[in-house]
Amino acid sequence: MTSTVNDPYAGTTHSTDGPVFTVTGQDWDTIDASAVEGDHLVINMGPQHPSTHGVLRLVLEIDGETVRDARAGIGYLHTGIEKNMEFRTWTQGVTFCTRMDYVAPFSNEAAYVMAVERLLDIEVPEKAQAMRVLLLELNRISSHLVCLATGGMEIGALTVMTCGFRDRELILDLFEMITGLRMNHAFFRPGGVAQDLPDGAIEKLRSTVRLLKKRLPEYAALCNANPIFKGRLKGVGHLELAGCLALGLTGPVLRATGYDWDLRKKQPYWGYDTYDFEVVTRNEPDAYGRFRVRLDEMWESVKIVEQAIERLALMEGQPVMVADKKIAWPAQLSVGADGQGNSAEHIKHIMGESMEALIHHFKIVTEGFRVPAGQAYGAVEAPRGEIGCHVVSDGGTRPYRAHFRDPSFVNLQATSVMSEGGMLSDVIVAIASIDPVMGGVDR
Amino acid sequence: MSETQDGSHETRDELVRADTTQLEVVEVREGAFGAHGTGDTSGFGGLTRPVIMPGATQRPYGGWYDEVADRLAGGPGLGDAVEKVVVDRGEITFYIRRQLLLETVTHLRNDPVLRFEFCSSVSGVHFPHETGRELHVAYHLLSMTHNRRIRLEVTTPDDDRHIPSVVPIYPTADWQEREAWDFFGIIFDGHPGLTRILMPDDWPGHPQRKDYPLGGIPVEYKGATVPPPDQRRSYS
Amino acid sequence: MGIEEKLPSGVLLSTVEGLAGYMRKASFWPATFGLACCAIEMMTFGAPRFDSSRFGMEVFRPSPRQADLMIVAGRVSNKMAPVLRQIYDQMAGPKYVLAMGVCASSGGMFNNYAIVQGVDHVVPVDMYLPGCPPRPEMLIDAILKLHDQIQHEKLGSNRLAQIKEEEKVALLATPTSAMKGLMR
Repeated sequence: MTSTVNDPYAGTTHSTDGPVFTVTGQDWDTIDASAVEGDHLVINMGPQHPSTHGVLRLVLEIDGETVRDARAGIGYLHTGIEKNMEFRTWTQGVTFCTRMDYVAPFSNEAAYVMAVERLLDIEVPEKAQAMRVLLLELNRISSHLVCLATGGMEIGALTVMTCGFRDRELILDLFEMITGLRMNHAFFRPGGVAQDLPDGAIEKLRSTVRLLKKRLPEYAALCNANPIFKGRLKGVGHLELAGCLALGLTGPVLRATGYDWDLRKKQPYWGYDTYDFEVVTRNEPDAYGRFRVRLDEMWESVKIVEQAIERLALMEGQPVMVADKKIAWPAQLSVGADGQGNSAEHIKHIMGESMEALIHHFKIVTEGFRVPAGQAYGAVEAPRGEIGCHVVSDGGTRPYRAHFRDPSFVNLQATSVMSEGGMLSDVIVAIASIDPVMGGVDR
Repeated sequence: MSETQDGSHETRDELVRADTTQLEVVEVREGAFGAHGTGDTSGFGGLTRPVIMPGATQRPYGGWYDEVADRLAGGPGLGDAVEKVVVDRGEITFYIRRQLLLETVTHLRNDPVLRFEFCSSVSGVHFPHETGRELHVAYHLLSMTHNRRIRLEVTTPDDDRHIPSVVPIYPTADWQEREAWDFFGIIFDGHPGLTRILMPDDWPGHPQRKDYPLGGIPVEYKGATVPPPDQRRSYS
Repeated sequence: MGIEEKLPSGVLLSTVEGLAGYMRKASFWPATFGLACCAIEMMTFGAPRFDSSRFGMEVFRPSPRQADLMIVAGRVSNKMAPVLRQIYDQMAGPKYVLAMGVCASSGGMFNNYAIVQGVDHVVPVDMYLPGCPPRPEMLIDAILKLHDQIQHEKLGSNRLAQIKEEEKVALLATPTSAMKGLMR
C-alpha cells in the first residue's frame, strides 16, 4: 500500500478493471510497482489542460517520449441534453440541442430540425432554405477558423489564434444581426427559421464577404509553407481511408484521405444541389492534409455564401415559416420602440380583434404542436463530419427520444489509433486535427 | 412529397403507400395535468389519447427497399432474422432478432449488393410500456457505395438485457455501445470494454431510462418556487 | 498568512491596502477553466477585439499555481466537479472565482442529474455573471467590477472586520423566496 493514505486526493480505489492509483506527484516507487511496467510512465493529461481542446482527459502510457498506449476519458461535460429535451416542446428542443457542439451551433439545430420536419412531413419555404444554407456555411467558416485558431494555439502559434478570432468576429457580427445572438442561436425552428432577414442585411453580408476574402489568404500565407508548421503537422495522426470508415470518421478527416464523401453533395438537402461548389479532397491523410482541406473548405463556403446572398436579395418579403398555422411559430418577431417584443400588428390582432387567434397563439407557444408518431433520422454535413439526429415521437408535444450522432464523439475514437507509436507532442496535434468539440462529444 | 434524402430518386409517395402500412396502437394515455378519471370537473381527467406508431408494412415496399429486403433475407441463415419491416416517412426499418444480429450485420457489410459499410449511429430507446421488448437499439447503417440508408432495430426485454456487440464488424460502435450501456443498461456481449463513458465511473443507475428521474431541483425565484421540469404539470 | 498578519493598523494600513489592491487587480492572471460555450466567449475576450491584455490579463495560466482568478466558464458536470475543486485548492491565495454564464452561476437551463446547479456548491464565488453565453463586453464588465472589489479589499485586521460585517448583512437578508410583493 502507499504512504499517502491520508491524502484525500491520492489513494487507491478498486474498479472492475483492477486497482486504480491516483498519482499526485509522489515518488514512483511508492506506488504499487506492479502497475508500472518497466520504464513506462502512465501520465494523465487531465481534463483541465490548455492543449487538450476542451475538457478531454487523456491517459497516456509513455516510454520516454513515445506513446505506447493512449486512452481518452470523456464525459466531463455531459449535460444530459438528450434527456432534458424529453421534457420540453419540439420548438424548445432547438434551444437545447444548439448547445451541444457550441462552435457550430447551426449544424446541431439543422440535424434536429431536419429529423423533426421529416416526422412532420413538411417542406420549408424557399427563403427559409436559403437562409439556412447561408447560416450553415457561415458557421462552417467560423468553425474552421476556431479549429485553426485553437489548433495553432495548442502548438504554440499564437498569431494564428489572434487572427482566427479576429476574423471570426466578422462572422459573429453577421450572426448577431440576423439571429440576435453571437452563439447558441436557437434560430432554425421546425418549419423554417425564427425571423426574416433584417433591413440592411444583404449589404452587410456582401461587405463582410468582401472583407473575408481579403483576410482568408493570410492563413495560407502564414502556415502553408511554414517549416515549423509543416514539421509539426506532416506525418502526424496518419489514418487511411479504411481506418476512417471502420472507425466511423467523417468530415475533413475523411476527405483528407482522398474520398469525396460530403452529404451536401451525396444526399443533398435544402437546395444544396442547386449551389455551385466543389468538395475539397486531398491525398494526405495526416494532420497537414486535414488543415489544408479545412482552409480550402472555407473558400468553398465563401462561394456558397455569395450565391446564397444573391438568392436572398431576390426573395424580399417571402415567408420564412411554413404556411401551416398549426406548426408555424405564431409571430414575426420584431423589436418595438421599447426594445422588446412582438410585431405590433400581430399583437393588435390577437389582443384586439380575435379571441381565437389569442387562444391559438397561446396554445402554440405553451403546448407546442404535436408531431405524428414514428421515428426519423436526419443527417447534415457539420464542419466536423456527419451529425445525425434520431428522433422518436409518440405523437405528443415533446420528443420521446432525441439522440444525436455527434461527429466529434465518433471521431474522437481515433485518438488511440492516431497517437500510439508517436511522440507525446504529436498527440496534441493529432487531436487538434480531428477537431473535437467536447460539448458535442459529451452532450 | 419531396424526394428522399439519399441518392435514390423515387419520390416519397412511391416509397410509402398508406394502404401498405398498418398502424399499431402501443399505448393509451388517459388524463392530463395529473387529473385522472371522470370525477375531476376540469374535464382533463377524461381525456384519452392513443399512442399510434406506424406498424408493419406489407410488401411491396417500393423503390430499392424490396431488393435490399430480399437480399437480406436471402443471406446465410438469415431466413427469420427479420421480425418486422416498417417503411415510414421515406425510411426503412428492419426489426432484427437479437440472436441473429451479428450474422445480419456481417452479411449487410460484406454482401456486394448491400455493402452497408458505414455504421452512422447506435442509439438506445426505452419503451417502458412494451413489456417484453422494453429496450430498443437502433443501428443506422449507411451504404456509401450505393448511397442508401437503412435502420436496424433490435429489441430486448428489461429482465434480460443482452444484445450481441457489433464492434467486430463496425469498430465505430465501440463508444456508441458504451453510451447505450451507460444510459440504458443494455449489456453488449462481446464488447471489448463495456464501461461507463459519459457518467462518472461509479454512478448508480442508467440516466436516460424513462424510470430514472430528470434529477432537477426546484428553482427559487423572488416570491415563488418553480418545480423542476419533470414534476410540472404537463400534457399527456 | 505571513506578512499580512504583521501589518500595522490605522492610516498606514489603508495606504498599504490601496497599494496592494491596485497591484493585485492590475496584474490579474486568469486560470484556464474554460469548459463549454462560455469558454469560446472567454477566448474571444483574450482575442484582439476585446483584448484582455489591456487589463493585464492576456496570459491565461494553465497552471493554477500561477493564477489569481478562476473564470469558471461553462457548465460544470458532476464528473468535473471534483476536478474543479482540486484546481481551486491548488491555486495560491489571494484567489478569486468568477462564475461566468448562467450554467456556472446556477445550473442555467440544465436543471438535471448531470450538472452542478451553480459552482457555489463547490467553490466560493466572488462574482456571478449571467448570460448564455455572456458577451465579452459583459465579461469585461464583470471583471471590472471584480477589480473594484479587489481594490477596496482590506488587509489584516480590517479584513477580518470586513468579513464579519458581510456575514452579518448576509444572515439578516431576506431569502429570495420570501421577497414577495415586488410586482406592484
